[in-house]
Amino acid sequence: METDGKPLSAWLGSLLPAADRVEEVDGKFLKLLYLDPLLLLGLLAVSGLGLMMLYSAGQRDLGLVIGQAIRLGLGFTVMLTLAQLPPRYFRFWSPWIYLMGVALLLAVMVVGDISKGAQRWLNLGVVRFQPSEIMKLAVPMTVAWFFADKPLPPRWGHLLGGALVTAIPFALIAEQPDLGTALVVGCAGAFALFLAGLSWWLLLGLAGALGAVIPLFWIYVMHDYQRQRVLTFLNPESDPLGAGYHIIQSKIAIGSGGVYGKGWLNGTQSHLDFLPEGSTDFIFAAFSEEFGLIGACLLLILYFFIIARGLYMASRAPDTYTRLLAGSLILIFFLYAFVNSGMVSGLLPVVGLPLPLFSYGGTSLVTLMAGFGILMSIYTHRRTPTR
Amino acid sequence: MKTWRRFARPSTAELVARQKDKTAESELFFRRALFALFAVFLGLLAVAGRLVYLQVLNHERFTLLADGNRIRLQPLPPTRGFIFDRNGVLLADNLASYHLEITREQAKDLDATLAELRQRIELTDADIERFRKLARRAPPYTGVPLRFRLTDEEIARLAIDLYRLPGVDIKADLTRRYPLGSLGVHAIGYVGRIDETEMSKLDPGQYSGSTHIGKTGVERSYEDVLRGRTGWRQVETNADGRPLRVLSRTPPTPGQNVYLSIDIRLQAVAEKVLEGYNGAIVAIDPRNGEILALASQPVYDPNPFVNGIDFASYRVLNTSKDKPLLNRALRGMYPPGSTIKPLMALAGLEYGVVNRHSGVFCPGFYRLPGSSHRFRDWKRGGHGSVGMDRAIAQSCDVYFYSLALNLGIDRMHEFLDRFSMGRPTGVDLPGEKGAVLPSDEWKRKTQKQPWFAGDSLSAGIGQGYFLATPLQLAHATAVISQQGKNFKPRVLQATEHPGTRVKTVEAPRPLPPVTVKNPRFWDTVIAGMIHVVEGGTAHKIGVGAKYRIAGKTGTAQVFTLGQSERYNAKRLAKHLLDHALFVAFAPVEEPRIAVAVIAEHGGGGSATAAPLARKVMDAWLLNRYDDSVTARMQAAEDDPPRGD
Repeated sequence: METDGKPLSAWLGSLLPAADRVEEVDGKFLKLLYLDPLLLLGLLAVSGLGLMMLYSAGQRDLGLVIGQAIRLGLGFTVMLTLAQLPPRYFRFWSPWIYLMGVALLLAVMVVGDISKGAQRWLNLGVVRFQPSEIMKLAVPMTVAWFFADKPLPPRWGHLLGGALVTAIPFALIAEQPDLGTALVVGCAGAFALFLAGLSWWLLLGLAGALGAVIPLFWIYVMHDYQRQRVLTFLNPESDPLGAGYHIIQSKIAIGSGGVYGKGWLNGTQSHLDFLPEGSTDFIFAAFSEEFGLIGACLLLILYFFIIARGLYMASRAPDTYTRLLAGSLILIFFLYAFVNSGMVSGLLPVVGLPLPLFSYGGTSLVTLMAGFGILMSIYTHRRTPTR
Repeated sequence: MKTWRRFARPSTAELVARQKDKTAESELFFRRALFALFAVFLGLLAVAGRLVYLQVLNHERFTLLADGNRIRLQPLPPTRGFIFDRNGVLLADNLASYHLEITREQAKDLDATLAELRQRIELTDADIERFRKLARRAPPYTGVPLRFRLTDEEIARLAIDLYRLPGVDIKADLTRRYPLGSLGVHAIGYVGRIDETEMSKLDPGQYSGSTHIGKTGVERSYEDVLRGRTGWRQVETNADGRPLRVLSRTPPTPGQNVYLSIDIRLQAVAEKVLEGYNGAIVAIDPRNGEILALASQPVYDPNPFVNGIDFASYRVLNTSKDKPLLNRALRGMYPPGSTIKPLMALAGLEYGVVNRHSGVFCPGFYRLPGSSHRFRDWKRGGHGSVGMDRAIAQSCDVYFYSLALNLGIDRMHEFLDRFSMGRPTGVDLPGEKGAVLPSDEWKRKTQKQPWFAGDSLSAGIGQGYFLATPLQLAHATAVISQQGKNFKPRVLQATEHPGTRVKTVEAPRPLPPVTVKNPRFWDTVIAGMIHVVEGGTAHKIGVGAKYRIAGKTGTAQVFTLGQSERYNAKRLAKHLLDHALFVAFAPVEEPRIAVAVIAEHGGGGSATAAPLARKVMDAWLLNRYDDSVTARMQAAEDDPPRGD
């Protein structure tokens, strides 16, 4: 690709003037609030669709919708608040938040509440909360903080440091066990490392090593029942009433929706309770059933728009810390959307991640919105360096 | 090319040398971000591709699966047709009743639910045992009946707490009812729960949703008419199987009402006069084969059988030595005794073995040529010189020994077969026996012995191997009365559409007529039968009759007397007494009724059986019915709840 000596970013940036212009023309008020109008628009669009779908998937329970609207309001408030803070505060607090998070994870191991067979909750008397949620933000912040002053692409020693920052909370969370959150935290660190310029050769090597270890693991380490579980993962039809039930019903919901869908409030799979978790983890199936291929693709395009805008905003960030943090945060958002829609449609194994801004439910929503707050802050404060 | 190289391979050494190169790092991030965007695009494209695969390429398959999830077919069982007698008296109807059922999938803890129910209503161990048996083969998400015929009080007690007992429902249904109880049970029969052997033979489509089926009698033989056709409805159910709304409906076709040829008043008379005996009375309208009464004693009440009779009561019925469950009219096989003599006489005339005038000397016994064995006549002193007319009227055995010997078994068999002896008459009731009309071939097959001349003598007076059912005797008598015109006996007179009440009358079902060389043979035999009643063995019943009767008495030996023994009714145990038989038709000039009576161990046909036949004929021909019976029918008619 020949760019006439100009930096690639500048060349591509000239192709995207529209975004900046919108920001300059009608962004006066939002600029005052340190918000990016396009990203906000995307988030509001997805949240609105989500509320509408929730009304249907929740069997027209208005209480459910109001509850979710309140949660969204809380999330947007957190986003707005964090957007006001200049990024240097985040940078300063990064290691401390991280250390506090690790300490809390250790505390959970010792005194945490057990719920549904996993020890995830810390009971603070008034509220119960999951320290692992903090790590979804703390890990990318700290990896970014770690690389902030180091030359990039990172050297071997620095890479190991970044990997360690990721691995400790990953191990603690996986131990609980909470594989979904562990996956998010692990990927958050991995995204930061990748954006920091992790060598392609190393990436290929790691991928190759993983590919080589899995068969060995399969043959020598795993027990029969564990293999069976993995096989059910891969082929849910082999256990239609047990582990495979969710995914089979989900595929039926999506497939029966067809191109145009059955129409809002007309989904049979969700309304007659055949689709389990139809308003939480499997809401994408309920949506695809009622709005069909057209609706589902529209939703995917909306997600793509948010992610693309986020990546653009990250690439406009002024320094290493803000760039790595912003990039990781938006890729975590992608991770949620991809893993959930992939799982619900039977493309990926079942991992309990919600569809971001869409699924009914709280904690991860607030964390995600906090991430968008940081992203907004980084973009709107880009003239102010973090140090 | 320079850019590509940097994109592909970040030059670590170069960057280290330059320390933090802000522009290069920004460029590096931008390239990585661009790559990430590309990966995001591919990831979401993969999901979109998957959606196309599910929603476009496999849309039809998943639509079928989704419909299969939610749409269930529910059978709508038809209402069973009513049964009436020939005058429209109700014999079987459907009573609205309530039963308790449990849908196992909706009941959280079955044992706890059963225990809860036990505290509120009476549940026997038998109820629970039956419930568990039914539950084992019931499809999922269907209610399994637990208790039938809930009383109003029980319904009230349950209704209060029903909301606390998920899966427990009170269901209304129609229970078959026989308002006259045991009256006519052997003709009407009863319905009962479908058992497993029946289930395997039935059309699952037609019978799904049906719990009952005709077990015996008309209920069984006209099952298809009475039953109607099952309807269906498509319902949308949720994942728990609870129906939410009806999508479409094909209504059931109710069963036809059935009118029997039986006159229940005559039936009542027949059962009443036979009371105290085990036996049967069959009355047929000889002009068309319609059965007017089909009595078999003892009788039983069919109502407890409808929802499953309890084991103890059933055992009493089933092991009783009087065998009340046995339909003697169709299945009771008795030696016809002397009642067969008119047919023998006719056969003798037909084959020229005897004629109207030829006579035989009766010394009171008969010896086969070259044998010392004496075949006795019932009259010890003998009848002296007898012709055919007197032989029938006085029932002279010696005359018929001689006739049978000359006729031979082959011709005897051939001729009597035309009257449906030895084979079912084809009546429209289940389980009819063919009984035994012996023949050379039959004896070789079943007794592994050749036919002896002595066998012919016994057969000639309706003894020996010869067996007939009361229905066969009544049928044969009817054929004689019509001088050969032959109709299949039947109990169905008409069917009726339950909605329009349009009646379809059944046509008589003619059988090949019995023809003889000279029609006057009939007159000869019938004259003999008239003389049975007028001065013959049954002269007592002829006294005071307002119409002329032709009949024939019969006394069938239950055991064989030794060569020198004398039959003494007073000294014999009841179970060794002779069976009393009588066949008759009347009025002679224009016969409207043919009757066969068998009273087991009744003693003599003339003394015991003939008066019973007279009472039945009086009732039919002179409209003399028992007032107590008509009162009972009236009471049943007034008993209000008739489920329509």
